[in-house]
Amino acid sequence: MASRYSAFALARHALDPHLPWPRAWRSPAPKSSYDAVVIGGGGHGLAAAYYLAANHGMTNVAVLEKSYVGSGNIGRNTTIVRSNYLIDGNTQFFEFSLKLWEGLSHALNFNVMLSQRGQCVLAHGPSQLDVLARKGNIMRLNGIDAEILDRGEVMRLLPYLDYSPDARFPIWGGLLQRRAGTARHDAVAWGYARAADGLGVDIIENCEVTGIILQDGRCTGVETNRGRILAERTAIAVAGHSSHVAAMAGLRLPVESHILQAFVSEPIKPLVHHVVSFGAELFYISQSDKGGLVFGGHIDGFNTYTQRGHFPKVQTVAECAVAVMPCISRLRLLRHWGGVMDMTPDGSPFIGRTPIRNLYINGGWCYQGFKAVPAGGWTLAHTMAKDEEHELNRGYSLDRFERGGELDDHGSGNWTWKQ
Amino acid sequence: MLRITCPCCGERDYTEFRYGGDAGKARPAHGTGDLKTWHDHVFLFDNPKGAHREYWQHVLGCRQWLVLERNTATNEVGPPRPARDRAESR
Repeated sequence: MASRYSAFALARHALDPHLPWPRAWRSPAPKSSYDAVVIGGGGHGLAAAYYLAANHGMTNVAVLEKSYVGSGNIGRNTTIVRSNYLIDGNTQFFEFSLKLWEGLSHALNFNVMLSQRGQCVLAHGPSQLDVLARKGNIMRLNGIDAEILDRGEVMRLLPYLDYSPDARFPIWGGLLQRRAGTARHDAVAWGYARAADGLGVDIIENCEVTGIILQDGRCTGVETNRGRILAERTAIAVAGHSSHVAAMAGLRLPVESHILQAFVSEPIKPLVHHVVSFGAELFYISQSDKGGLVFGGHIDGFNTYTQRGHFPKVQTVAECAVAVMPCISRLRLLRHWGGVMDMTPDGSPFIGRTPIRNLYINGGWCYQGFKAVPAGGWTLAHTMAKDEEHELNRGYSLDRFERGGELDDHGSGNWTWKQ
Repeated sequence: MLRITCPCCGERDYTEFRYGGDAGKARPAHGTGDLKTWHDHVFLFDNPKGAHREYWQHVLGCRQWLVLERNTATNEVGPPRPARDRAESR
């Protein structure tokens, strides 16, 4: 186990720069069997393994990652955390997640650099402001902070937006959640990996699952490129490849995989001090500590597993950016990338049991996997340890469409590519 | 850029088209009362990593609905066929 990180440890290493920092987690060979195996060493998989050990005392646990820790969507997102949701089930889940974020650096002994800089969703007309007011009221009824801002208040908070009389999308106000913000995405993966490893969890990188072993309708383990690994309980937490891995167990999911692009501009001096969400299209922007503007938009619009974005979406996102912030029109893009999103017909995720005994799933994250990492891991661990759902993920069952239990926060219909 | 060769209009950027979803699904017979059948048709997807047959409509061209073969792992596309041919062949 790596030693505890502290100011003292930092000073000790500063005084002796040749003293190497110990590896943050071990690199064990896979054992032949575990009490629990989590497929996928991303945010949700690592968090689930950590909470299995920390909350439920299950330490004979392995996380199987086909590449390296942090190589998937946990390392390629726009790092926003917030809990401004509309529908019962989502609201409470994401608020629980935000509360876990608030204590995460201490719990993990790893600085996840949570920055509660506030998120402001803009309204571009009076009816949109009414909708945001309703959302704000729902949040406040659930004990979540929310403030409705009028145009003048948004002007004082975000003076760099387009308030000119001929602005294409006039700004009428906004909904501000001060506790929302950003976190350091890689640090979340590393922090959970290190903390889980410290509790005895085996994190096995470069271990790709090639099959799921079924016996009498039960899942008894997995086949991997490093041999067969038996497990009492197995969970799938593989984001964009949820359908791909679930198909190994003969399951079809209400999931289609789509590509979502994100962008970073060249670094500039501090300009955007909050997370700002455009209200006329899907566009969200914040500024990283290095100065780059980090932003994103909608998915490209058709299912694909390629992690390469298409240019027309780059143009759409850039048009959104310039429509609301003309001052950044001359900025150059430093890089952009695509991640494979597991889109669902209602825009909400799945966490829970599957029709196969001892096989669990955490997936269908659409746009919102990052902010949900702590609660997703917490509730998946609970479901695996007790073989029943936590009250927070009861609504996220795989069969909710059969029961009329859609959680369609966007109200955009049952098309995965419209969520 | 994904390019689609419309049988009427020739090769165009995909932005002229509207994506219409998985064409591999067969709609349950009219009058099917079994909700599980409809659930599976509407909500479940094969979502393959590889060959995928899907609908596109040439909304900024001839407005024909097309069926296209595309590899979702590479985005390579084959020549599309008019969707009506497929409907008529049922």
